[in-house]
This record gives sequence, structure tokens and C-alpha cells, in this order.
Amino acid sequence: MSSHDVIIVGAGITGAAIARELSGFKLKTLILEKEAEAAFGVSKSNSGIIHAGTQNDPGSLKARLCVEGNRLIHDELARDLGLNFIRCGQLIVVFDLKDLPELEKIQRDGETLGVEGLQIVDRLWLNAHEPGLGPEVQAALYVPSAGIISPYRFVYALIENAVKNGVELKTSHKVTAIRRLKDGKHRFEVTASGKIFKAGFLVNAAGLFADELSAMAGAPGFRITPRKGEEYLLDKKREHLVNHIIFPLPTADSKGILIIRTSDGNPMIGPTAHDTGNKNDLATTDEGLAETLKGARRMIPSISKSDIIAYFAGLRPVCGHDFLIRHEEKVPGLVNVAGIQSPGLTAAPAIARHVRGILEENGLELIPRKDFHKQREKPVHLFQIPLSKTRELIKKEPAYGDIVCRCELVSAQEIRDAVKRGARTLDGVKFRTRAQAGRCHGGFCTTRIIKLMQEELGLGPKEITKRGPGTELISDERK
Amino acid sequence: MIKRELVIVGGGPAGMAAAIAAAESGVKDILLLERDQHLGGILNQCIHPGFGLHRFKAELTGPEYADRFIKLVRDSSGIEVSLRSFVVKLTGEKRLSYLKPGALEEIEAGAVILATGARERTREMIPIPGSRPAGIYPAGLAQKMINMEGWIPGREAVIIGSGDIGLIMARRMALEGMKVKAVIEIQKTSRGLVRNVVQCLEDFGIPLYLRHRVTGIHGAGRVEKVNVAEVDDEYRDKPGSGFEIKCDTVLISVGLIPENELLEMAGAEMDEKTNTPAAPEVNLTSIPGIFACGNACKIYDLADWVSRDSEKAGKMAAEYLKKVLSNQRRDL
Repeated sequence: MSSHDVIIVGAGITGAAIARELSGFKLKTLILEKEAEAAFGVSKSNSGIIHAGTQNDPGSLKARLCVEGNRLIHDELARDLGLNFIRCGQLIVVFDLKDLPELEKIQRDGETLGVEGLQIVDRLWLNAHEPGLGPEVQAALYVPSAGIISPYRFVYALIENAVKNGVELKTSHKVTAIRRLKDGKHRFEVTASGKIFKAGFLVNAAGLFADELSAMAGAPGFRITPRKGEEYLLDKKREHLVNHIIFPLPTADSKGILIIRTSDGNPMIGPTAHDTGNKNDLATTDEGLAETLKGARRMIPSISKSDIIAYFAGLRPVCGHDFLIRHEEKVPGLVNVAGIQSPGLTAAPAIARHVRGILEENGLELIPRKDFHKQREKPVHLFQIPLSKTRELIKKEPAYGDIVCRCELVSAQEIRDAVKRGARTLDGVKFRTRAQAGRCHGGFCTTRIIKLMQEELGLGPKEITKRGPGTELISDERK
Repeated sequence: MIKRELVIVGGGPAGMAAAIAAAESGVKDILLLERDQHLGGILNQCIHPGFGLHRFKAELTGPEYADRFIKLVRDSSGIEVSLRSFVVKLTGEKRLSYLKPGALEEIEAGAVILATGARERTREMIPIPGSRPAGIYPAGLAQKMINMEGWIPGREAVIIGSGDIGLIMARRMALEGMKVKAVIEIQKTSRGLVRNVVQCLEDFGIPLYLRHRVTGIHGAGRVEKVNVAEVDDEYRDKPGSGFEIKCDTVLISVGLIPENELLEMAGAEMDEKTNTPAAPEVNLTSIPGIFACGNACKIYDLADWVSRDSEKAGKMAAEYLKKVLSNQRRDL
């Protein structure tokens, strides 16, 4: 049995941000994650957009936390955690000038929330600043404070920093039972992977499974419906396809099919938005591809099917129209943080502060740690730095010159560093370093990465997995 | 910046043949860059016979074929081999930067031959919908796993595409005790050599489904099954023809794409459809003094023809260097 002040269930962006926020205080915090690594649930298929705060109901929690989250990422976290946040701006385009009033409404709502720099731009402006737009596009709302980030590296940065400040992370720990206690300090007894953990507060950041977890803790009352989104990544050769993130006008259920710049260079198109009854349905479809291409080409006609080098589907944890963040009065000590769909990635740091406040209101004592290290050493990515800098790095550490992934320029040293920072699976290495994420999909580098992981982790080849137990890569070794 | 007469990128069959021929044609200063820790390239993982019938009038395995060239490289004067050396930059002025453990080197070359080979087309390029389980491998990766590392990728496999690597891997996996349940080919005929269809499929009783395509790959952790459908002349699924095959492994063997990112970086004109240099003649590119040979120039079905044409590339580079030198002398 181990005892904690706070147990957070879920190491996605929400759980990670809350853990990092709490790590600034004298607390014993534990994160339980059912997957083999952090960010392997909803967060891994996030589009990586840091929204400005527009396109949300101005009275919603989403809108307020999104604007604040954007500011926190820009002003503090990007610098402190070494995140590659690029404020490239966003365009919401209309194909008919009759729709201008809708853009103006988004602008007014945004200004009310404090989003700065919003401006309706005409076709002449667009020709100069986004020349690839199709002839149907008539005008757009320019949103300069929107940007892009690597969603999983954002999660890893928060987790690494939280762990450095004393938070404990247990992956491959699926919560199977929660018992409520009445022994004063401990109000919850959580069983995960056969082990028992006790805590005074329980924060539910379980993403798609937040409804089940809440019910397990004795607070039913909401349901998560997964809404699937298919996304298609384009070759890095199309890096300069667009200068901004391009949106159509939003609909009731989604922000539409977008052209998304990514912080690693490859543009992405999508996501679709279709409700599915299955929390494990991550299949892409012929229909999803057709819908995505059609939507994307209407805005940027030069996109071709042959530009696609990868695709995936993700599930949004939908729970009504707004985030559901509350202390459950019927289960004192339980804070549900559910329905964190778009703009959850942006809002996460603000959600974390909000949750901290809720915990404090409900009796969690927060004493700031004097030895809090808010900064994290940024990992090296050769693909992000000029050759002159690479030369200096190689002088200090020769293995930076030992290239493993040729498509994305990833060295043996970066793979080793990723494992040291917590990568345990091939996907974990890919998300952290980009090795295997390029056009050959690991055809050349997979065996080398497996061998480096074996060296670092002291495992046999059959123990290396794609993303955890059940995803083994090698069934037998030749005698 | 160090000056070198001829720099060859890639130490597989193409790069080695080009280097040897250039040395024979009088080039005195050749740097052969290979990213792997040994010469030979993909030949090293091709442990099946069938190499050298034309070049050496002998039936050799891939590594044996490579060894003959490695010996010739070693015996030639003027060829310096640099292993674990990865070129990150090439300019139209023939300046190269390459990384190797412990160093970043920069070179100004008189001439450059790109012998960078090809990569495999992937599932994502077809594209095949479905989930993304473990157990989906490009056929060449599966070949490397089994032959170089001794790792058996699974127990029951389906191979998508009937290219030569896929056919050879069908036999290879069967020999290792795996059950190869089907090879699925969308075309009317196999894309591979006839001898491979006979020796690798028919002799092992492995069914080849022509005019069929995989419509989905499924599995939560590992691959669990694929859906297959028969297609008509327009490659549309025939209604009611669908069936599924249970398997834990899927190999993708649907063709090769020349690796010409360096050539593109240098600003050469490319044929976008084939990803090969746009040029009137084999081995040439639109930039004088930069040549491309082997699978980087066009996709070959036999290594013997790669060697033959790459030797020409070596000679062409030698002639180019002589011409440049004599022009410089005349200018003086």
C-alpha cells in the first residue's frame, strides 16, 4: 500500500498539466496511467493546434480556459519547458461573402474574451499572405495568436518536469476498483494492476474512460461519447503548403476539415468528426479519406492524394458542449475533469490552475515548494537546428553524428536520450524523436532502434513492443 | 572545406560498381560514403541465390555477390571508404556535408555520383484503411529482421503485393516455419520475376490471389485479420466477393521508390511521378557533374544490371572530370 495526497488518473495532456501544476507544492502526487506510456490515449492523436479562444461560446468554460491556456503556453510554458511553440496564426475562411456576418460574430466574441489582433481580411490580403488558397475562398478572419505545438512532446515535457519535482508516474497501471474510505487522511483506495494506492484526493483525467472512472468512484452522472476524427499527414516536401492553419467556418459539432501546419513540418489535413459507439475504434476509412481530401482541397486545391504519407484516427471524449470540471459533492475529494476535447490541449495549463483552485477550496493544503524547478532541459532534435550547431554537439557527444533515422535525421544519441526520458516502446521513441515518422515509416531504422532500446533497457528483442503489452514485434528468435 | 575529385554516396551494388569503374578510368581520388557499418547495402540481407548469373556467370547469394565487389573496391587504388557516414546536404555546386560518429565533414567535390538506392512503398501510400496494429512490415524490413537479426516477425502472414521482395519473403517465412496464408495482388499478373512465382509460391503451395486487394487491416494490439475483395477491370471491388483472412503479420511489397532527396535538395529536375532524375540518358541528372545510378536512377529487377549500368556511371564521371580539367588547363 502506498499513500498519497492526490492521485491523478490519466497521463494525457490534462493529467500531465495538473500533475505539473501540483508539483509546485509540497504534496505527494501519483499519476496512474493504463497505457505503456504517457500521451498514448486521446492526446496522441491531437492535431497540435494551440487555439486562440475563438470558435467557442464566449460564456463557456472552454472559451475562458482556452484564452488563458494560450497565454500561459506563450508567456511561460514554451520557455520553461523548452517547447517548440510556433505562433503561426490561423485563418477562418469563407467561400461566400454572405457568410461574412458569421466571421464578424466570431471576431466580436473573440474580442469580448480578450483575443487580440483579430482582423477580417479580403482576397487581396489572402493572395499576399496565403497564396495557395483556392479560388472559392472569398475572405477570412485572421487570428494571429493561434499556433502549433507537438501534442505528445507537450505532454512528455509536462510529465518530465512534474516527475523532476517529485510526482510519481506509474504507467501500465489500469485502475480496476475504487473504494471510498473513512479514515480521515485517506478517502480513496484505488486498485490498479493488482496494487493498492490510497489518497485523500482523486483527480479523474481519464479521457475517454472518465465516465467509467467517475462511476467506479461512486459519482455516476455523465457519459462520454467518443467522436472519431481521421487525420492525414502529408510529406515534409509539402512543408510550405500553407503559412497559417486554415479553417472553414465551424459547424455545431466540429471545427471542420482543416489544413494544419505541424511543428515538425509535415502538414496535416483533417479531422473528420463522427460519433462512434466504440471507445477503441481507431480505424481509418475510405470514406474518411475522401471526406478529408474534399474538404481540404476546397481550401488548398494543390493537395494530392499522393502527398499523404501517414494517417491515423483519434477519438474525442465528448461530454456535452463544454468541459465538465467539478468537485463531486456526493464523493468528497473526487474532482472530475471530463469532456476535455478541443480546445483541451490549449486549455490544459489553465485547466490545471482551475483544478488546483478546486482542490484548495475543498481542503487540499497547498504549500509552495521552495525548491521547485520550473525549467526542463530541452531535448535535442537535429532536424530543428542548423548544421553549425550539430557540429558543436557532435564534438561533445560523438553519437549525435550516428544517424539512425535517415528520413527525419535522428541520431543514436537522441534515441538513447528518449529512452532515458521515459520512452519504453517504439511509438514512444517515435513521438519523442520522430524516428520512424517519415516517409519510409521505419523501413530502414526499426531494427536499429530496437537494438538501441535493448541496450538502454536491458531487454530481449521479444520484449520490445510497438505501444505496450499485446503489441509485440517479434514472435520468435531463430535458433 | 576539403576538396575531393569524386564523391560517391551509397556503398551498395551501384556505388561500388561506379567507384571501381571510375578508378579503372583513371580517377585518383574517390571517396565512397556508406551510411551503414559495412559495404553491400541491401545485398547483405538478400541471402537467397540468383545474383551474378550475368555478371560473374555464377549463381551467388546477395552477400557473396557483394563480397566480390567489396574485394574489388579494396584492391582498387584511390578509393577511400567512409562507413557510418550519412550525407545531410548536397548543393548544386557539388558541396556535401555528411555526419559520422564524432564528426561533421564538409567537402567540395569535382563530381558526385548518387547511388542512394530506393525505399519501399508503404501501406500508407496505397492507402489501406483500418487500424494500426503491430505486425505490419514493409517486406524488406521483414527480410532484414529475419536474415540480419534472426528475428521472426510473427506466425501467420499475408503478403500484400507480389513484387520480388514479397515473393522471396513468402518462401523465406515458410522456410522459417511461418504459415504464409496468401499473397494478394491487385493486377492480373505478378509484378515479380516468373522464376520467383514458381520457386517461392508454387513450390511451397502458397496461394496467389490475382485481381484482389486488401480492403482493411484490423487488430487491437497485433494484426488479427485482413479483409480481401476481388476487383474488376477498373479496380473496383466486386460486390459480394469479400472475405477475410486471419493472420498476425502483414507484409507490404508494393514497389520501390528511388531515394532522391539529396538530388532534389541540390536543385536537380525531377520526374515527379517516378521520383527519378529528369534526364535524357540513364545515370545523368540535370546538373552537370552530378550523376545518379542504380535504383536511385531507375528501379531495376536484377542486381547484375545495376552493376552494369553503374559502371557506366563511374566512367561518365571520369570523363566529366577529365573534360573539366582540360577546360581549366585551356583557360590557364
